[in-house]
Amino acid sequence: MATLAGKIQQVFDEPACGKNQAKSDKERKKGCSKQLQPGAAAGGCAFDGAKIALQPITDVAHLVHGPIACEGNSWDNRGAKSSGARLYRTGFTTDINETDVVFGGEKRLFKSIKEILDKYDPPAVFVYQTCVTALIGDDIEAVCKAASAKFGKPVIPVNAPGFVGSKNLGNKLAGEALLDHVIGTEEPAYTTPYDINIIGEYNLAGELWQVKPLLDELGIRILSCISGDARYHEVASSHRARAAMMVCSKAMINVARKMEERYGIPFFEGSFYGISDMSDSLRQIARLLVEKGAPAELTERTEALIRREEARAWERLDPYRERLAGKRVLLITGGVKSWSVVAALQEVGLEIVGTSVKKSTKEDKERIKEIMGDDAHMFDDMTPREMYRMLKEARADIMLSGGRSQFVALKAKMPWLDINQERHHAYAGYEGMVALVREIEKSLYNPIWEQVRTPAPWDAAPL
Amino acid sequence: MATVITSKKACSVNPLKMSQPIGAALAFLGLNRCMPLLHGSQGCTAFGLVLFVRHFREAIPLQTTAMNEVATILGGMDNVEQAIVNICNRARPEVIGLCSTGLTETKGDDVEGYLKLIRAKHPELDGVPIVYVSTPDYKDAFQDGWSKAVTGIVRQLAQPAAVRAERQVNVLAGSHLTPGDLEEIREMAEAFGLDPILVPDLSGSLDGHIPEDFSPTTLGGTRLEQIRAMGASRATIAVGEQMRPAAEALEQKTGVPYTLFERLTGLTANDRLLAFLSRESGRQVPDKYRRQRSQLVDAMLDGHFFFGGKRVAVGAEPDLLWDVGCWLAEMGCELEAVTTAHSPLLERLPSAEVTIGDLEDLERLAHGCDLLITHSHGRQAAERLGIPFLRMGMPTFDRLGAAHRLSVGYRGTRDLVFEIGNLFLANAHDNRPDTWTPAKEERHAGAPATAH
Ligand code: SF4
Repeated sequence: MATLAGKIQQVFDEPACGKNQAKSDKERKKGCSKQLQPGAAAGGCAFDGAKIALQPITDVAHLVHGPIACEGNSWDNRGAKSSGARLYRTGFTTDINETDVVFGGEKRLFKSIKEILDKYDPPAVFVYQTCVTALIGDDIEAVCKAASAKFGKPVIPVNAPGFVGSKNLGNKLAGEALLDHVIGTEEPAYTTPYDINIIGEYNLAGELWQVKPLLDELGIRILSCISGDARYHEVASSHRARAAMMVCSKAMINVARKMEERYGIPFFEGSFYGISDMSDSLRQIARLLVEKGAPAELTERTEALIRREEARAWERLDPYRERLAGKRVLLITGGVKSWSVVAALQEVGLEIVGTSVKKSTKEDKERIKEIMGDDAHMFDDMTPREMYRMLKEARADIMLSGGRSQFVALKAKMPWLDINQERHHAYAGYEGMVALVREIEKSLYNPIWEQVRTPAPWDAAPL
Repeated sequence: MATVITSKKACSVNPLKMSQPIGAALAFLGLNRCMPLLHGSQGCTAFGLVLFVRHFREAIPLQTTAMNEVATILGGMDNVEQAIVNICNRARPEVIGLCSTGLTETKGDDVEGYLKLIRAKHPELDGVPIVYVSTPDYKDAFQDGWSKAVTGIVRQLAQPAAVRAERQVNVLAGSHLTPGDLEEIREMAEAFGLDPILVPDLSGSLDGHIPEDFSPTTLGGTRLEQIRAMGASRATIAVGEQMRPAAEALEQKTGVPYTLFERLTGLTANDRLLAFLSRESGRQVPDKYRRQRSQLVDAMLDGHFFFGGKRVAVGAEPDLLWDVGCWLAEMGCELEAVTTAHSPLLERLPSAEVTIGDLEDLERLAHGCDLLITHSHGRQAAERLGIPFLRMGMPTFDRLGAAHRLSVGYRGTRDLVFEIGNLFLANAHDNRPDTWTPAKEERHAGAPATAH
């Protein structure tokens, strides 16, 4: 476990992370995950985070080494979409039993890798470590190395057992696995001055496809998206990109920074949510590419496209303005997504009456303040009961959150919209903004609200 | 009689199985004002939570002792203590259901010992019973966790009674029953003037009711005093083989005799239940059920044309497989069966074989079948196979109303005849000019042409 401990320390030391740099040496060593409170904790484990980050690579086999809990309770439950390969949606697990716990699970793991290669012939196998197998000392790095050597196919260890920390840490450890074993191991068939990487975008509900047509139009090629709708070969040859965008989340910052360091790929941090953020991201992509030698006319073409798309989006949003003006939104979402979504909603005249900043960095909070003004209602840790009260007392008209807290709103008979991982709608780019606003409007004005809030006649007045 | 086949594969592909601790946790969710607590790392709880939220479309109370690597190595005493204290302070539950996980079992945490120490140290918690079950992830499956939790509940909380409550019966409900099924069973018992205590009672807690206020624990489900009063019942009805240990434990502790109903889907299975209820209550079978019985008989007559000779592949935990599988066989279907873990029922299944395996096994067996029945994770296989697919069991995350699917009782069986019959009907193949023309290769081999 020495190497894993080292890795975690290294990840905690991330120099490009603003939050981290503000800390003292000692604080930094403790890492960025808050000490969890037994009996009052919620949230996924590092393994979950690693799987979220890598599972969108669609043509490889994702093999979970551990007891049935880790994969059996969770497989095929995430919304990352694929334009072709389907193997990523197949659940592979060693499902270790009591004998394996006593004698070690390495043999079973090795045999499992072989079975997968024989039956499914993927370009690579990703092997995920979990708590029990880490505790009994199964050395997945060694097994993967041996399997790679024996079968001549990349077998990638992803060493992020659940108990080392949060989902966010798992994201980063997944990034480390890519940096150590995948990125730079293959070469692209050809390169262009317009090649970019998009890092930290998972193509949930197909959001990448709301953005890609615009890049296509500009002649910009996504050499690799890490990892939405990615193929193994694309990630392996992503080191030849000219520039990178790190999608607004610190989740994969280590990947962006190290790729800059190792391969000289400059990156910026941007977001596809909201009209102005989307335009800004396109601008930045063009700027970095031009700086790296793409013809300067790209800038002008990009500006023209932005003008056209913005005008079109506003035109499509216009009909909603009146119906949404002054409607109050309670926004409960993990961390950094907050500010980009806040800005997006304000663009159409919605009022944000509260937002959670539990996982946000200091910078994020500053941004939110900037966007929302001084009376920004930021909640560090809003309990479900408080959310419920706020909705029940109609201090907000709609809640936007992840799936888990939806019933807080629905049981208060208030509209709710899913904006997290398992959502079915895509909200990225100009198209996505229009879709988001349309969904909010549909929710707010659905005729059921009046009906479900009306008490039964015999409850309203004695018969 | 079925041959039980254990998969020889090292790697499980597309798991059918879910883990024990969350099975136990779900049983605890059927108790009123309860907080289930997994002793393990936070991720296990998060996965269980998401799974239940998506299946029931309800808020789910579920907590974790939040073990990290260091705590695991040092032992989890502090975490268990803090978790219990925190839960009691914040959520004020009436009962806590504590389940171990693979991680803490591997380490060898002595949770029973911890609980003794915690009890001694925190007299203020005396009023809150804590039911502990050992449920390592690397053994058994979801249904077994449920079974162990229910056994733990009755063993620890049910009390022997001096006085019999003449009309009171216990119902020990297996994990294969939905809140809708439980509602039906309760109604049947009540129709005979009996007073059923359901344990666990998901129909009280996860039936989709709208509470007046927000609650951090379960709201609805079996109340503590009901569990304590089980010893006064005249009889126990155990539904599903998995409930046998709990029924036995209850009989041992309180002397209440039990009758096991292996399944409640199908005509004869329900005849048996109603005859039992009639005997116990001393009342005639109400007209309502005589009517429902005749409706089911009629549905079977109308439907059997479409069931006879059909091949159906079922992937489910042992008790659900038994329930559905036996009934399909009674309707004239042939059965291909995959299940998650051992059970004394498996060898008696009306199929040639039953595989303890995964959905990859089921997909292989389902080639050429007319219908696939399993939980929502069967969707990819169904798509590849191109055959009709009926979602049954946990998790059902991509369809509405999983909690209210009814398949017990005459009425539930009748509706199942219609639902499955309609799937067969919708997928019936029309005859075409070449239906009886042998295909080329087959003509070579002299094999008869098959319909497609
Ligand atoms: S916390 Fe550990 S055992 Fe639980 S799901 Fe995560 S990796 Fe698996």
